[in-house]
Amino acid sequence: MLPQIQLVIPELVLLCLASIALVLDTYSTSKNKVLTFRFVQISLLIVIALIFVVSPDTQEYAFNNHFISDPMSVVLKLVICIISLVVFFYSYEYLKEHENVKGEYFVLGLFAVLGMMIMSSAASLLTIYLGLELLSLSLYSMIAMHKDSLTASEAAMKYFVLGALASGMLLYGISMLYGVTGVLDLQGISSFANAGVDADMNIMLVFGLVFIVVGIAFKLGAVPFHMWVPDIYEGSPTAVTLFISTAPKIAAFAMTIRLLSDGLQDLLSDWQGMLIILSLLSMAVGNIIAISQTNIKRMLAYSTIAHVGFFLLGIISGTASGYAGSMFYIIVYAIMSMGSFGMIIFLGKKGYEADQLDDFKGLAKRSPWYAFIMLILMFSMAGIPPLIGFWAKWFVIKEVVAMGYVWLAAVAVVFSVIGAFYYLRIIKLMYFDEPDEMLAIKASRELRLVLSVNGMVILILGFIPGALMALCLSALS
Amino acid sequence: MSSDMESIYLAIVLAPLAGSLIAGLFGKLIGRSGAHWVTIIGVGISSVLSMYAFKDLMFDGGEIFNRSIYTWLTTGGISFEIGFMVDQLTVTMMVVVSFVSWMIHIYTIGYMHDDPGYQRFFSYISLFTFAMLMLVMSNNFLQLFFGWEAVGLVSYLLIGFWFKRESAIFANLKAFLVNRIGDFGFLLGIAAVLMTFNTLDYNQVFAMAPDYANSTISIISGTDWSLMSVICICLFIGAMGKSAQVPLHVWLPDSMEGPTPISALIHAATMVTAGIFMVARMSPLFELSETALTFVLVIGSITAFFMGLLGLVQNDIKRVVAYSTLSQLGYMTVALGVSAYSAAIFHLVTHAFFKALLFLAAGSVIMAMHHEQDMRKMGGLYRYMPITWVTSLIGSLALIGFPGTAGFYSKDAIIEAVHHSSLPFANWAYIAVLSGVFITALYSFRLFFLVFHGKERMDRNTWEHLKESPAVVTVPLSVLAIPSVILGVFLIGPMLFGDYFTAAIHVQANHDVLGVLGEDYHGVWSFTLHAFQAAPVYLALTGVAVAWLLYIKFPEIPAKIANRFKWIHQILINKYGLDDFNQLVFAGGARKTGSLLWQIGDVKIIDGVIVDGTASAIRWFSGKIRNIQTGHLYDYAFTMIIGLLLLLAVFVHHILG
Repeated sequence: MLPQIQLVIPELVLLCLASIALVLDTYSTSKNKVLTFRFVQISLLIVIALIFVVSPDTQEYAFNNHFISDPMSVVLKLVICIISLVVFFYSYEYLKEHENVKGEYFVLGLFAVLGMMIMSSAASLLTIYLGLELLSLSLYSMIAMHKDSLTASEAAMKYFVLGALASGMLLYGISMLYGVTGVLDLQGISSFANAGVDADMNIMLVFGLVFIVVGIAFKLGAVPFHMWVPDIYEGSPTAVTLFISTAPKIAAFAMTIRLLSDGLQDLLSDWQGMLIILSLLSMAVGNIIAISQTNIKRMLAYSTIAHVGFFLLGIISGTASGYAGSMFYIIVYAIMSMGSFGMIIFLGKKGYEADQLDDFKGLAKRSPWYAFIMLILMFSMAGIPPLIGFWAKWFVIKEVVAMGYVWLAAVAVVFSVIGAFYYLRIIKLMYFDEPDEMLAIKASRELRLVLSVNGMVILILGFIPGALMALCLSALS
Repeated sequence: MSSDMESIYLAIVLAPLAGSLIAGLFGKLIGRSGAHWVTIIGVGISSVLSMYAFKDLMFDGGEIFNRSIYTWLTTGGISFEIGFMVDQLTVTMMVVVSFVSWMIHIYTIGYMHDDPGYQRFFSYISLFTFAMLMLVMSNNFLQLFFGWEAVGLVSYLLIGFWFKRESAIFANLKAFLVNRIGDFGFLLGIAAVLMTFNTLDYNQVFAMAPDYANSTISIISGTDWSLMSVICICLFIGAMGKSAQVPLHVWLPDSMEGPTPISALIHAATMVTAGIFMVARMSPLFELSETALTFVLVIGSITAFFMGLLGLVQNDIKRVVAYSTLSQLGYMTVALGVSAYSAAIFHLVTHAFFKALLFLAAGSVIMAMHHEQDMRKMGGLYRYMPITWVTSLIGSLALIGFPGTAGFYSKDAIIEAVHHSSLPFANWAYIAVLSGVFITALYSFRLFFLVFHGKERMDRNTWEHLKESPAVVTVPLSVLAIPSVILGVFLIGPMLFGDYFTAAIHVQANHDVLGVLGEDYHGVWSFTLHAFQAAPVYLALTGVAVAWLLYIKFPEIPAKIANRFKWIHQILINKYGLDDFNQLVFAGGARKTGSLLWQIGDVKIIDGVIVDGTASAIRWFSGKIRNIQTGHLYDYAFTMIIGLLLLLAVFVHHILG
């Protein structure tokens, strides 16, 4: 038993640190909760270091096959922690500017990270559910943290109710699977399905699978389980939207792979069909509705839905290289989304959220460099070469074509062209329109630096997509 | 040894590039004198090293260098490489290009002294030197094309250097468009080479070429065309654009809108001769097609004769020299046509020096005249500008082929070579080049007398400020004057009748007109004396005499002649109507077709229906379906349930069914 404990050391340490942060925050009187913030940042750094130190290179199980450590979980955990580190930084800048710093944001954030790490390493249905609930509950409360804000409370309420519904469906699916197979661990389910099942059993399995897929689709925000996304993105404080739109997407990827690939690869032909429907609907609804948005947070919400449609293409292909393509896509998406919300935070100031499209008018005249960063972000989101967003689309589309779904690839390309419209509109606003007023941008030096680096990473990765792709491939081999 | 040479060749190419980049990118930082120093040193290095390479190859028995330096990319079994082939032909060009460029860099200090674009100018001309060296040193077609386009690019940039002048922009655009036509042919030629030989390397292509001598290609079904003729004519169309042969010559006179040093460097001495060089380089291909050679000969003789005539009626000093350049390029092309490649290159070399000299002298005059270019407002300048006067005289004598000067040997060799050729139309070409000699002498000395002698016709203000140009101008003039006189004497023996070009230029035995000439060649002095028994010298002297009569002795006569033969004069003034024809038919026609397609095809159909139509349909649809998002929680939950039921229905039912 003891040797297995070392696999969960990062999670255990994070749990302890999060608990300490909770206590620390209660008694801390530092201005703007700077102490809590610093402590949380350091905690994440410690966890990142621990992941490096204790993780084995091979695949190993702990806790009676409930917990797994394999290359994929290691890479995903690292990415989740690094992204959260940057996200917390952006968030802190936002909360500080709006004079609304609450230590709970960071403490809850740490618990959410813990939930995501558990999801990444989940090897049984129960662990997945546990991780997912830990993540979701943290997110609900993070949204609701601003009690005075009506929209935030509404968003939290909606997310909570719909999340509970989805959670219930997922749980129902899990119970179905358990009922059929009699086991909870994914390995066992996999070997059960692999051994061949009779027709009745198969119906039960597919029945359960539908509910599982719905649970996944809700977490990802795929159409028609996407309704929460625009309202929550718009209603939440930008700091929380930023968080929801980045790291949890990566955790959702982990959940998808664990359930569909590790557990139910033998039902590939069934879930492939479901995902094709979800993917097509997501690309269509996301890209088309995004066009008529005037609020940029809402526009980015629909953009997320569209991106999820693309992301699913790699999963649909059902091969290791396809999963690697999806992993590449979701990581790239997280980096781009982080930068985009970072821009909104960068432009906003106390008592004023730069969340309308018109707020970007004439940005090129106000600040040419940050207009350029936004240009990179938008071009990358639209998938314009040579930026990294192009390669993300390229890899997943390549995989579906390799699997023979040429028509699906063609539809995806058409929707990416339609999607280019609303990204390019922002660039048009920035470069060709006059600003309403020449407000000076007040942002700290750190924020400027991190945002610039964020943009440059997208630019540079675009020239060397091979490195990240190799990482994703090795994680899934 | 050859690895040493590799680094020397690299240095020759890269030194001007480095100079150009420094002057171009850090122009403000290093200031004016910094910019001219860095580029002059860069080009100086490449000039000195070129001379060293020349010495190594010529006198020290160095080997011909041919190696790829860098593989750019390999695709479909074909590799695209950057490499150098340095043989006698290349090294000759390298010396000419780098040396003339060096002189012009120095001259520019004086000429562009007060120009705000000083650093930019130096950056461009150094970049040009780099590109031109890449072009001549290439060992494959791809790099040749790169250099070809790069020199073209710099040429456009420099024609439009004074981009605030409307005429400069017009000239620049014209040069660009006309060269596009030539380059299109050139590119087709290269593509045909790639298609036929599956490689772009010179040596491999030349080695395989004889096997394809009788191959045919069917471009329009049912017709068989000789493959080699198609390749060579396509390549030559490229040369016609770059070397300004009729009817693609129209851009060169207008290119005189650029600063004078550029006219000397690019539009007289080096770039425009790239076409001549290219055909000489491709001699193993051209030798296989008599059709292509005849085509070259006809185009060359038309250019030589008719462009010379135009020089007679121009009043702008630079335009006279420009038409003279066209005519001399015609001579070179004629030489190529009769397979006297060495004679063409020989004339190219001597022409580079004396034409650069003439242009720089013209520039010196223009500076003294406060940028007045009309010869009718000059006269009697020899009193004020003795050095310019002497050097101009030397240049003019070389141009008309006065015995003993460099131009005499090269031009006489061409005329003799045409005389011995057995190609169809060779006799016509002979008449053209022979009468060209008279015309050349007439317009050259018309210019000389109008500018330097006769009445002083400038206004008083200009007259008061007349003085000789500064040393940075007169020193390059003097340095260029020396080879304009003596170069012919030294080069004629080895270049034309020795074995200098044996390795580089390939001539079939039945075309070898220079070989026939060589049998009668008994040293340079007897060649010179022999000239006095032949027509060209007397034609040239007659031309000078007529010019003297018309413009010094009886200056009222030209106007009367012009009146008397008004229609001929008018044709010449209108440049045979070619410019107007192009303007009306090609430019006008293209604009009309364009606006028609734009109005109907683009605006109405593509934009109106396809683009805007789709966009507005999607926008409308988007506006409609966004209403699904009601904001009501129960609607959202309902949608999820519907989705769930949908999936269940499709997949579970699928299994049941």
